[in-house]
Parts: sequence; C-alpha cells; structure tokens
Amino acid sequence: MIRTIIIDDEPLAREIIKEYLQSYSNITVVEECNDGFEGVKAIMQHHPDLIFLDIQMPKINGFEMLELVEQPPAVIFTTAFDEFAIKAFENNAVDYLLKPFSQERFDKAIRKWLDTRDAGNEKSTQALLEQAGESPVQSQRIVVKTGSKIRIIPANDILYLEAADDYVKIHTSEGAFLKNKTMSYFEKTLDPQQFVRTHRSYIVNIQLIHRIDPYEKENYLAVLTTGAQVPVSKSGYTRLKTVLGI
Amino acid sequence: MRSPLATIKNKLLFIACWLAWALLFAWLLHNWGYNWQASLVDMLASNALLAITSLFLINSLRYYRPGKGKYLYVLTVCAGITALWNSVIYFGVRPFVEYDVEYYQFMVKSMWVRYFIALLVTGCITLMSELWYAMEEQKETEIRRAEAEKLARDAELYNLRRQLQPHFLFNSLNSISALVHSRPEEARKMIQQLSDFLRGTLKKEENQWTSLSEELDHVQLYLDIEKVRFGYRLHTEIVADDAAGNCRIPHMLLQPVVENAIKFGLYDTTEPVTIRLTTKLEDNHLSISVQNPFDPRTTSPRRGTGFGLSSVQRRLYLLFSQSDLLETTTVNNQFITTIKIPQL
Repeated sequence: MIRTIIIDDEPLAREIIKEYLQSYSNITVVEECNDGFEGVKAIMQHHPDLIFLDIQMPKINGFEMLELVEQPPAVIFTTAFDEFAIKAFENNAVDYLLKPFSQERFDKAIRKWLDTRDAGNEKSTQALLEQAGESPVQSQRIVVKTGSKIRIIPANDILYLEAADDYVKIHTSEGAFLKNKTMSYFEKTLDPQQFVRTHRSYIVNIQLIHRIDPYEKENYLAVLTTGAQVPVSKSGYTRLKTVLGI
Repeated sequence: MRSPLATIKNKLLFIACWLAWALLFAWLLHNWGYNWQASLVDMLASNALLAITSLFLINSLRYYRPGKGKYLYVLTVCAGITALWNSVIYFGVRPFVEYDVEYYQFMVKSMWVRYFIALLVTGCITLMSELWYAMEEQKETEIRRAEAEKLARDAELYNLRRQLQPHFLFNSLNSISALVHSRPEEARKMIQQLSDFLRGTLKKEENQWTSLSEELDHVQLYLDIEKVRFGYRLHTEIVADDAAGNCRIPHMLLQPVVENAIKFGLYDTTEPVTIRLTTKLEDNHLSISVQNPFDPRTTSPRRGTGFGLSSVQRRLYLLFSQSDLLETTTVNNQFITTIKIPQL
C-alpha cells in the first residue's frame, strides 16, 4: 500500500486530488494538512511514501516546509502560478502540477513517480530546494526547526551566520539556530547589500556592524552593536569595503 | 508650436490692420497740408516694410526664444532691426518722393520721429508674440502633463489587474474543477460569480468613477469567491453606512486593498481570519477602512504600506493631489488600512 499526505491550504484543492486518487486502489491518503506546520508534523508521524504539496501556503511555503523535514518523501508539487517556482521546476525530475490539472495529467505524474521511485528522487528534491531558494520570499527570512517548534527568522533579525560542519549556525539576539544548508547557499539567497561573507566561515549582517577593529596581520574583527565579534579575512575585508562604499 | 498667424483669420486681420494704419497716416499727412500722392506712396511703402519686419520678428521668435528677463537683448534687437528699416526707407523710398520738395523736406525732418514710432511698434509686436508663444508652450506642457498622468493611471490599472489575476484566477478555476464533480450546482454558481467579477475588472477607463455601492458589490463578489476557496478559514464583515451608498469612488480602488488584507491575513496566520470592511461618511469625506489580522512576530508593518497599497496611494495622489488619503495603523495585531475620498 502506498501512503500519501495532501498538503494544501484550500479544501477544494485537496478534494480534487482525493477524487483523482479514487481510481488508485493501492494509494491511500493517511492525512490532509492545511499548512506547512501540520505538514511537517504529519510527515514525521506517518513517514508517507509520497506527498502532494502546494507551494503558496500560510506562514511557510512548500519549499520551506520541505527544508524542515530531515528525510523528505517523494513530492509532487501543485501550484497555481508562481514564476520562481516554475523556473525551479524546469529541468528537474520532480514533477509539478499546474492548477487546475486534469485526471490525465495527474495520472501521468503518478506513473512517472512510480517508474522512478526506486531510482531515488532525493537528489533532485535537494537540487530543487537549492534553486527555489532564489525566490524573493526566501531572501527575506529563514525557517528553522528547534525540537518540535518551527521558527521563522526575518532576515533583519539575523546577526551573523557561522559555518558549523554540515550545518550553518544562525545567530540572532534570541540565540543561535542550526540549519541544514551551506554557506554558499545563504551567500546566494540573502540580500547581498545587507549580508556580506566576511570570512570563509562567516556571513554578517552589515546593518548591525558597530565598528571594525584590526586584528593580527591583515585580519580584522567586526564588532556588532550587540557586542558579538565576527572575524573578517583579508578578502572579506575587501568585499565589506565594496558594499559599505569605503 | 503654432504661429500667431497660422490661421487665415489672423493673417487677414494682420494685413487689414497694417493697411488701415498706413491709410490713417496718409490721411493725417494730407490733412496737415501735404500732397496726397507723395504721402500715400511714402506711408504704404514704409508700413509695408515695417509689416515685413514684424513678420520676420514674429517668425524668428518662434524658433529663437529669448531667455527669461533678457529685456535688454530684445530691445537691442528691435532697435537694430528698426534702424535697418529706417535706412531702407531713407535710401529706397525717399527717391520716389523727391519730386515733391515740401514733402521731401518733411520726410528728412521726421526720420527720428519715424524711428521711435517704428521702434515702439516692433517692440510691442515682439512682446506680444513672446506672450503668445509662452502661452502656447504652457498649453502644450499642460496637454503633455495630462497625457502623462493618463498613461500613469492606465499603467497602474494594468498593473493592478495583472497582480490580481493569475494566482486568484487559476486557484478559483481549480476550486471549480473540484466542485464540478461533487457539487455541480455550486460549481455553476461560482462560474457565474467569477464571470461577473472579471467583467467588473475589465470595464475600466470609461468609468473612472463609480458609486460606493457598486464598488462594494464588486468587492463582495471577490470575497464570495475567496470564501469558496478558503472555506471556514475566511470570514468577512461589511459594515456599510447607508448614507454613503451614493458616494463616488474611483473604480477598482478598493480591490487591491481588500486583496492585500486577504493576502496578509490568510498567509500570515494559520487560524480562521476575519476581514472587516467599514464605510462612513464624515464631513464631505468618504472613509473606508479594511481590517485584517497579522502576526507581529513574522511580519514587520514598518516595511511601509506594502504590496498593492503603494499603487492605491499613488492613484489617490494623481486624482486629488493629496498624499495623506491612505493611512495604515496596527492595533492589537490588527492591520487597518483607511482610505479617505473627498466628496464634492
């Protein structure tokens, strides 16, 4: 039996997926979710084989929700209209359905998934998430999970980012949060006029820099308004100067 | 730019005035006891030449406008040109009246008087045409400005519609697609509502203004469609002041405000959401406020007026030249947008 979850904030949008699924006796819907928070919970609880995921949803969008799930299941995205999302989907193995879609189109997506399910889709989902990060929403906030709680950190609240093995540590005035992403991902997605990579392992919010002190030879320390100190390398100092216009 | 002599009527008037002016002087000189023939030749020739000089001045001003306050420059040009006119008369017209000794002596004696009268004439003509061209220029600027504003309005309206359409439209169609199978009656009703709504957004420029009650009907259609989409999550309340029903309001002004409220409200919280719209008529102002909940932890209202609202503000500014007609406030996690529309 194939177990699936439908995540969409519009009841009728979920209804039509259920209707189209009626002809599949081997697929069962184990839960329906109204938003990304419920979605994360349901995925952790049921470990479904496949999810139908809407992109534009309250609070956190479909991509942000997926980022919070450690081993995301196979996904078929559903979306009405989202330029950035559609750009991310092109040239990607993960299928997406443009609303409103027909039973035939739906069947094709299911068939495609059934055919490739053993090949392992995880890589393409990861690649998709990297690309989807270029949408404007994701340059303004970062969604993290601490225990069972989900936090949305507005970009303005970020002090600095620090590389930590496979994770990135996001420092805010309310503490640090871990996110399973790379430094270069954040360097690419966050607003380059506000966030500068000052060091191989650091990205700093330049709006919060109080002063820059010399430190050892050719290295510097950026002191933030909160008192936190962030290392600045030689090349990082050059980048910083360009953005600050000095 | 149009020349003051562009119309036939003005051309005839110009010629008639000069002719009358020449004949008047000829008659005056005859009255003083000079010979008819000589005075007529002199006056017709002199004034014809002065008319040509004026024409030259009028036309050259059309292309070479003196800068503001360059009166000395204008006076110098006039003085020079008039002097030229005087010498042409002295050398060109004088030989024709030389046979009349009396008249000839008068002509030589009056050269300076002629010069100053002619200077006065050319000066006046220059001043008048400068005035004419300045007015023409102002008219053209006015037309350009009006055109620019109309373009801006059209562009904004276009943007407004573009922002509105895709997401709303496709999601609504998706809802209908779902309803067709389970509840065909409701599907048909929603198709009807969606059609009425789209028709409303398409009739535009001709009706720049509409009545509040019509605008509210349109908003109600939109809200009804959204309620089908979002089900129990969306509640709406419209509190309308009966006295304000006939107030005038720019067409499609409320739409982006309500849309903004829904977007803000529905996508910023996961709980059921109530959108409240209130209208009031107070001292010649129609006041409309739209209220929606938001989450202060994730949304910073300091980001300004936000999506869609800046175009509303701009439109109000274009229509009323007032920039304080749109206000946003936050009270107890409620975001309130208030629009004021002056009533005539």
